[in-house]
Amino acid sequence: MSGKEKSWREVSIAGICSKSSLGFFTGDWKTYYPVRDVEKCTKCLTCVMFCPEGAIKWAPEKGDIWFDMSFCKGCGICANECPTKAITMKLPQTEEEGRGK
Amino acid sequence: MKEQPKQETIPLNGDEAIALAAKQCDVDVVAAYPITPQTIIVEKFSEYVANGEVQTEFVCTESEHSAMTACLAAAVTGARTFTASASAGLALMHEMLFVTSGFRAPVVMAVANRALSAPLNIHGDQSDSMAERDSGWIHIYVENAQEAYDSVIQAFKIAEDTGVSLPVIVGLDGFTISHTLENVTVLGDDAVDQFVGERQLPIVLTHEGKTVPFKLDPENPMTMGPNALPNYYFEFKRQQEEGMRNALKKIQEVNSEYAKLTGRSYGDGLVDNYKLDDAEIAVVVVGSTAGTLKFIVDQMRQEGVKAGVLRLRTFRPFPVEQLRSALKNVKTVAVMDKAMSFGGFGGAVFGEVRNALYDTKEHPTIVNYIFGLGGRDATPRELRKIYDDLLKIDKKGNVETTVHFLGLRE
Repeated sequence: MSGKEKSWREVSIAGICSKSSLGFFTGDWKTYYPVRDVEKCTKCLTCVMFCPEGAIKWAPEKGDIWFDMSFCKGCGICANECPTKAITMKLPQTEEEGRGK
Repeated sequence: MKEQPKQETIPLNGDEAIALAAKQCDVDVVAAYPITPQTIIVEKFSEYVANGEVQTEFVCTESEHSAMTACLAAAVTGARTFTASASAGLALMHEMLFVTSGFRAPVVMAVANRALSAPLNIHGDQSDSMAERDSGWIHIYVENAQEAYDSVIQAFKIAEDTGVSLPVIVGLDGFTISHTLENVTVLGDDAVDQFVGERQLPIVLTHEGKTVPFKLDPENPMTMGPNALPNYYFEFKRQQEEGMRNALKKIQEVNSEYAKLTGRSYGDGLVDNYKLDDAEIAVVVVGSTAGTLKFIVDQMRQEGVKAGVLRLRTFRPFPVEQLRSALKNVKTVAVMDKAMSFGGFGGAVFGEVRNALYDTKEHPTIVNYIFGLGGRDATPRELRKIYDDLLKIDKKGNVETTVHFLGLRE
């Protein structure tokens, strides 16, 4: 726990959100985040079908997939299912790494 | 001193007295589901609604779980909210009781205390609300219909205090109080309205950095009671405990303020002492049994025995200091529990009282009497036996049995 967190005397009652709930995403829960090796990826879309959160999208205009990090919970199913082992799960090294928005 | 308002004495049973009090407090929302022995409260109140005597939104729900959920939702919009339940109904509310106190929603609920199944029993004991001891609600237990009426009026003032902001249970013994006709002295509508006043709302800081009244309002949106992870949940719970601590003071304040208005008070609002000042033996009790115990004490006093009664009116927050001070000169104490804590060392009230007195230098000898389960009557003869037992303990200087079952066939 960081020292920036408020004491019980400082928080608003009833767990009132200190930040807008529009800024909270399920993607904030993740520990590991997926990294894709574009050389190995065959765009077979297996990961798109397996992602339980629908966080891997097919962008037809680009003819490519992309990861929506706001909703990726870091479960690693995509990495597990990828037939060419193009996806690896990594620990973020900075606050921003693996985050969405 | 202000002149006392005009009061009127009318025959009411405990349930009717409570319905009248809720009506006079001008509640905005009642969401309830009928269950014996609380039914008359809901019936009477729905009659007020049907007759247009109140401007209350009356919500008939399909279960007690929904009733409490509706009450919570109404209360967080700033509405004054009331409900009533008992026994299995209260048990079905269990989950929502914690949510309501966690939301700091000042709902007032009358509980006509009744036994829990199985075997099925509709009669009075305190197993239902004692099982909700740790749900974060303030617990006030009354002795008679008069106090039931007075306590509901007081409960809104306590619950809605911005430093407290917690829900309140007003417990009345099923049938003994709920269905028994008594002369109840009541205030006029205006006097109650003035005493309770408009609902006050705590001021909170929203995510937009605004300080606004604590209520759901489209103009000032806020999210209440969301997910709090291990890094914040504990802080919110400690804050809730502070509301309980503030309630100790508020209950006493409201009790004396009400005494000025009506001439009626119940001890200091927390503990109601009877002939305790010079007492050597005393009984601690919750609820209507205190009335019979006072009668026994009067008899014993005539015989020269220094006996007393401590009626624990407020069970949550638990009045540790007041209890210690009231019992500081008493040598032997019996604590009565109208509920069983299966497998425990005596009942819940016994445990709390003994715990509170443990740190006092010369704490009394304390024994426990479980009694009245499933509505079994505690007769004057049996209650007298408790005092006789205490005298024996006093004389012998040792306790043979700590936990007793009173009025049970062995």
